[in-house]
Amino acid sequence: MEKTAQEKINLQTRYVQLENVNMTFFTKKGTFEALKNVNFSIREGEFISIIGHSGCGKSTVLNLIAGLLHPTDGNLFCAGREIAGPGPERAVVFQNHSLLPWLTCAENVHLAVERVFGGKESKAKLAQRTQAAIELVGLAHAAEKRPNEISGGMKQRVGIARALAMEPKVLLLDEPFGALDALTRAHLQDELMGIMAKSGCTAVMVTHDVDEAVLLSDRIVMMTNGPAATIGEILEVDLARPRKRLELAEDSHYNHLRSEVLKFLYERHARKAA
Amino acid sequence: MSAVSISKKDIKTIMKSDQTIVKPAAAVTPPVAARPSMLALKSRAFFQWLLPPVFGLLLLVAIWALISYQSPNLPGPLPTWQAATELFSDPFYINDPNDQGIGWNILASLERVALGFGLAALVGIPLGFIIGRFQFISRMAAPVIGILRPVSPLAWLPIGLLVFKAADPAAIWVIFISAIWPMIINTAVGVSKVPQDYMNVAKVLNLSEWKIVTKILFPFVLPYMMTGVRLSIGVAWLVIVAAEMLTGGVGIGFWVWDEWNNLNVEHIIIAIFVVGIVGLLLEVALTSLAKRFSYE
Ligand SMILES: Nc1ncnc2c1ncn2[C@@H]1O[C@H](COP(=O)(O)OP(=O)(O)OP(=O)(O)O)[C@@H](O)[C@H]1O
Ligand SMILES: [Mg+2]
Repeated sequence: MEKTAQEKINLQTRYVQLENVNMTFFTKKGTFEALKNVNFSIREGEFISIIGHSGCGKSTVLNLIAGLLHPTDGNLFCAGREIAGPGPERAVVFQNHSLLPWLTCAENVHLAVERVFGGKESKAKLAQRTQAAIELVGLAHAAEKRPNEISGGMKQRVGIARALAMEPKVLLLDEPFGALDALTRAHLQDELMGIMAKSGCTAVMVTHDVDEAVLLSDRIVMMTNGPAATIGEILEVDLARPRKRLELAEDSHYNHLRSEVLKFLYERHARKAA
Repeated sequence: MSAVSISKKDIKTIMKSDQTIVKPAAAVTPPVAARPSMLALKSRAFFQWLLPPVFGLLLLVAIWALISYQSPNLPGPLPTWQAATELFSDPFYINDPNDQGIGWNILASLERVALGFGLAALVGIPLGFIIGRFQFISRMAAPVIGILRPVSPLAWLPIGLLVFKAADPAAIWVIFISAIWPMIINTAVGVSKVPQDYMNVAKVLNLSEWKIVTKILFPFVLPYMMTGVRLSIGVAWLVIVAAEMLTGGVGIGFWVWDEWNNLNVEHIIIAIFVVGIVGLLLEVALTSLAKRFSYE
């Protein structure tokens, strides 16, 4: 059946959609209501950041979109279809890179390439895809190294290469640069911006870092504190692209947006004294 | 800058020496010559490494000699050594099926162990994977393993004799049943310890079960599995001697029993050493194999 024009627009504006999502964990110690009534949708090609205090449920939201968790209540959609489980159209960059230590960087990426394009393309084409993904993150020289032979920043890049090599519709990043030093982080943020501009895929990134959120995002989803966390506010980041971190540092609108996020985090939803 | 290099040890020897003052030449030699060569350093390290085990073995022999001196029934190291040289001068003779050289007996035992252990690995390792991978099967297997594992290996011998109606398969069966547990358990433990992160990768990439096993589970579990294999081969070698004592035929266990009937105590002691050394060699071989396979 042909999609109507209205449906197409709906798909574009609500490419990923969360509807009344509740998430309760059942543990040995009892139940824990992590998320309550989470509602938001993501446009196609948009870059969303999720920010909030530690333990509020950011990773839980991301894992729900990834399909690694199932909501206790509510619905999640991606590209018009209900999210039933993990799938290669939603690639994840894990917080701790999660590379397999017994495979080289290239082999780690190839595992993903093989899975998504296996069957459909020749071996040579698959190898070419792996090579291209490794080159995209500037790691051609380290392709044959094992993860324990490269630096933390390089590992994270391999993780990004692995995710991008799958040509996902949605890229999910859980604090991708959280474990890196400030310089490496800034460098990778710039690289990620470039890559996202080229690939045009939709992205959801969990972060703790206010500057990172403002610099990279089209919108920032700010979460309230748990338990029963939900979305507090959504901030539109209407800064022109491409963005340059040095120029933005003195940009008054950038600083205004930045302080909006800070006010949300430290005034309206300050963490109760631990 | 000083052109003289004197190590602490040198100073100590010099201080202790009576001729400290008369021997300044040693201390004035240029540093290049004074520094011990690489080869000398290495050989010194080697001796330091070798010395303690050699002392240990010497101590064992000394205690043995002492005991044999006290009790005249027990042959001492010297007569045993003489008997051993005689025995190993012709290890591969065959007089009749029940009188063969020690070499044949060792090989017969090794063959049984290899068969029983091989079968146990063939069954136990995949079983360990399945048990580790599926909660339901793990719960199912728990009581069975719990009950069967503590059973003394030799208790399985009558069952083997009954079912196979022959001594040789019965001995192999005993090896099999006693060697299988460490492999099942260690493999299953390894599988259950695979980090959730790796399994999440598998889920996000939507890997097939085959890829999960070959690319994630197997490499991760390999060290655990090798521990199981090592324990198993130890148990197998431990059990074969006892099993063969009961079943007879050709084999190091039977040989011990035979020599006991002949009251040839030297040979029994030799057999103890042979069993120990072969067991040690098996262990060393498997440990080095395990090191080769570990990914780190
Ligand atoms: N599998 C689980 N079982 C029980 N509770 C869980 C589980 N996963 C998460 N939680 C709880 O849900 C809450 C949200 O967890 P989540 O990992 O999403 O937080 P987060 O915002 O990502 O935190 P951080 O910034 O520290 O990574 C926490 O209180 C956590 O303890
Ligand atoms: Mg988290």
